[in-house]
Amino acid sequence: MKRFILPLGVFVALLGFLWVGLRLNPREVPSPLIDKSAPAFALAQLHLPERQIGTRDMAGQVWILNVWASWCVACRQEHPVLMEMARLKLAPIVGLNYKDSRDDGIANLQRAGDPYMVSAFDQDGRVGIDYGVYGVPETFVIDKRGVIRYKQIGILTPDVVTGKLIPLIEKLNKEAGHG
Amino acid sequence: MVKLIAALMMTLALVAHAEADLDKRAAALEEELRCLVCQNQTIADSHAGLASDLRREVREQLAQGKSEQEVLDFMVQRYGDFVLYRPPVKSTTWLLWFGPFLLLAAGALLLASRLRAARARAAEAPPSEEALQRARALLDNHKEQP
Repeated sequence: MKRFILPLGVFVALLGFLWVGLRLNPREVPSPLIDKSAPAFALAQLHLPERQIGTRDMAGQVWILNVWASWCVACRQEHPVLMEMARLKLAPIVGLNYKDSRDDGIANLQRAGDPYMVSAFDQDGRVGIDYGVYGVPETFVIDKRGVIRYKQIGILTPDVVTGKLIPLIEKLNKEAGHG
Repeated sequence: MVKLIAALMMTLALVAHAEADLDKRAAALEEELRCLVCQNQTIADSHAGLASDLRREVREQLAQGKSEQEVLDFMVQRYGDFVLYRPPVKSTTWLLWFGPFLLLAAGALLLASRLRAARARAAEAPPSEEALQRARALLDNHKEQP
């Protein structure tokens, strides 16, 4: 009897590893940008190409950067959640219109509604690379000191918003601007 | 005139050479970087939009005179160690790098202890008279048969 215990133990341990492995999401790569300064950018606005929007304009407040594109199917699924967040006025949401065409992007917002305070137009995706974007949509929460505190890869669900974003933003709003 | 043409061709040849050199370096580096959209491909293999953007980034940075290591650092800063096909050796990846050797050593130790135990058992208990007789009988039997 005793001789079976060791192989059985090894087998159960292996099952445990495989079980955990199955439940991990390999697409969620931990971002090295968490708790680092948000990469600075200044881009032309989507609607007003002659005006710019960038990290400097948002300094001193908690804000949300949402990477989106008109060609991104998952973004459509996420869109109502963003609209709700804009309605609740949680924090200003800046859109990063990623590798899109200006006309398609604007048309998309006209059709479905515009949750963004303003959208930056990142046509060649360079700002996206600076933010380590690899799967649109992605969402960053940036604090008053310009530090990235949260990154969501893939769509924001109502659960994520109520469970993570709202508590985090409330906490960040209480933090001092310059510490 | 001939001199001018010669000089021109010389420059062209040099530029072409530099181009080819850059191509080679960029291609080698692209083999080291993972495409995060299709995770089992390098950015050299992948046709994803992000992969082509990253290839452009690699080429541009090398052309600007950055070293291979600087380009890799740029990528790791943005995408993490996961972007490297060869994970770096550091405290969080020790198990990954040395785990197989650990298992090998554990196996060798287990085998050695088993063998030692078996030998000790054989030395402790000499075969009984009955067993010796049976063994002798088997051997005799074997001799007669062929």
